[in-house]
Amino acid sequence: MEHTSLIERILRGIALALVVVFFMFPLLWIFLMSFQTNETILSIPPQLFFTPTLQNYTALITGKLTSAAGTLDIAFMRNLWNSVFLSVTSVAVSLLLGVPAAYAFARHKFRGSEDIAFTLLSFRFAPPLLVLLPLTLYFQQLGLANTYFGLVWVYQLICLPLILWIVRGYFEDISADVEYAYRIAGHSWFATFRKIALPLAGPGIAAAGLLAFIFAWNNFVFALVLASADKQPVTVGALAFVTASGIQYGQIAAAIVLSIAPTLALALYAQRYLVEGLSLGAVKG
Amino acid sequence: MKAAQLALSGVDKFYGPVDRGVHAVKSLTMQLDEGEIVALLGSSGCGKTSTLRMIAGFEAVSRGTISVAGKPVHELPPVRRNVAMAFEGYSLYPPLTVRENIAFALKAARLSQAEVDAKVNEIAKLLEIEDILQRYPSSISGGQQQRASLGRALVRSASLHLLDEPMGQLEPQLRAVLRGRIKHFIKERGLTAILVTHDQTEANALADRIAVMEGGVLQQFDTPTVIKEKPANLFTGTFVGEPPMNVFAADATLEGGRVRLDLPQGVSLTYPESEFAPQVRDRLRALRQVVIGVRPYAVRRTTDGVAASVATNQWLGDQTHIAADFAGGTIVLVEHDRARVGIGDTIGIGIQPRHLHIFDAATGEAVVHGMELA
Repeated sequence: MEHTSLIERILRGIALALVVVFFMFPLLWIFLMSFQTNETILSIPPQLFFTPTLQNYTALITGKLTSAAGTLDIAFMRNLWNSVFLSVTSVAVSLLLGVPAAYAFARHKFRGSEDIAFTLLSFRFAPPLLVLLPLTLYFQQLGLANTYFGLVWVYQLICLPLILWIVRGYFEDISADVEYAYRIAGHSWFATFRKIALPLAGPGIAAAGLLAFIFAWNNFVFALVLASADKQPVTVGALAFVTASGIQYGQIAAAIVLSIAPTLALALYAQRYLVEGLSLGAVKG
Repeated sequence: MKAAQLALSGVDKFYGPVDRGVHAVKSLTMQLDEGEIVALLGSSGCGKTSTLRMIAGFEAVSRGTISVAGKPVHELPPVRRNVAMAFEGYSLYPPLTVRENIAFALKAARLSQAEVDAKVNEIAKLLEIEDILQRYPSSISGGQQQRASLGRALVRSASLHLLDEPMGQLEPQLRAVLRGRIKHFIKERGLTAILVTHDQTEANALADRIAVMEGGVLQQFDTPTVIKEKPANLFTGTFVGEPPMNVFAADATLEGGRVRLDLPQGVSLTYPESEFAPQVRDRLRALRQVVIGVRPYAVRRTTDGVAASVATNQWLGDQTHIAADFAGGTIVLVEHDRARVGIGDTIGIGIQPRHLHIFDAATGEAVVHGMELA
């Protein structure tokens, strides 16, 4: 046990509290805004005490936004579902393709393996806007524009390199001899991959999958250009709150709370794996 | 003549393209009889582990063939070669207990639970790991992991057992005990085993024959006694034996009924011609340039010997190692009593012809060993 004086502990507590307040304040403010009407939000000075209202959430869930200018249809729940569907499907496809590929890159050095791996990584740092224009033209010709299939495909640009490169590192950390020991005991390489490599790299795969999910969920620009209203995820759908009669801050705040919720829940649930997976030395033969 | 349990024939290993990459193993040919224990002995990077991995099937054979129990295996995957292996890095399965690790291959071979338990308990007792069978690899020491890994290999009934540095992490006392037990275990069951090691004591104690490797080339493959007494070349002579053999370049001259060996700095050893057989004298006359070797145990202090100045004197508890300046180099002698000589003292060095090893200076090949001189 480390010896720290009382003052030291109090100061440390205050410092930590300041950091938490600094980073959490915007979220807290948004959370509070989501229970306010546009009038209370825009009142000056800001009101710390207000009568909470659920009207923002009702509007989002029912899809009917009633404002001074009349009633407006909002496809928010549809957007939320699109986000969930696109992110989950993209990550699933990426895991299916990326994990075996990562294993191959980690275990087998073949001609051009480094070049292929690097090319895949370069998808991550190519500016999306640069890719988007030609991609839009091709997608329109191929009939892939505004389809889930096309969007999931494009989302591979986000998810696949991430999963491939993170998971590859985990496979490289597993001593090859553990796999050899399994193979020499009478198993095929595929059984070795399933029973030894996959479980040992499990935390890493979970961490990579979660990160990829967050990146996919937060993606804006691909969906903005390639998807129309009924395929749009929440990131793009939130633009609808900027209406002719003004910006609906209350609904935006509520929408943010609702769209953060799934990733936040997932991150909290997978926190154990994340910490285990992202810290080094998780796998020792 | 028993059948060869393992036969390597002209095996080459290149890392990188064949004939252009790193040539790790060079045209290796050797055979192991059934029930034989062979040690691959050599320094790091001599190709011994590459050889083992080619036999196991983890490295592709660049050229040549490998047969196990009469069946060519060099193109088969590891699973179909029926070999067991203990890995230098232990390579236990982290999610399984020590017991499950050892039982693993037995279960894969579909033995009954009773058989598996009996075999695991037997090997655990042999290796003194009964008390850690329920523990996980991450919670036991390196030495215990190594014994678990060794147990996992020995418990199988395979055509061939490959042991890669199987006792490197054990404490010296335990190592000595286990050497005896493991040898008994292997011999009792008639297993054929290859042991990779850089520990000469281990090789001498366990192996029926030792294969000395250097630079990817098999230098000598024979019994420990022959390797020690009749090293095939200068490398084997100096590599095997502790402390190493003393070697000196020498000019051989035969005149006036005597053989004279001129060492650097005017040191010369002369022996009556009668101590050397006629064919040896002919070889010496033809070669002239030789390298002579003498084991530290065979060097004697004599009053009429060549004068040498003592450089160090170490009493190791059961023997004395004396190093003295001799013929432009250092000569080491080992005595079993505590020698009362101080640094700087002059001692007389005596070397009997029957303790000499003579090598061709140009090729390093052995010309003659002392005991065969006459």
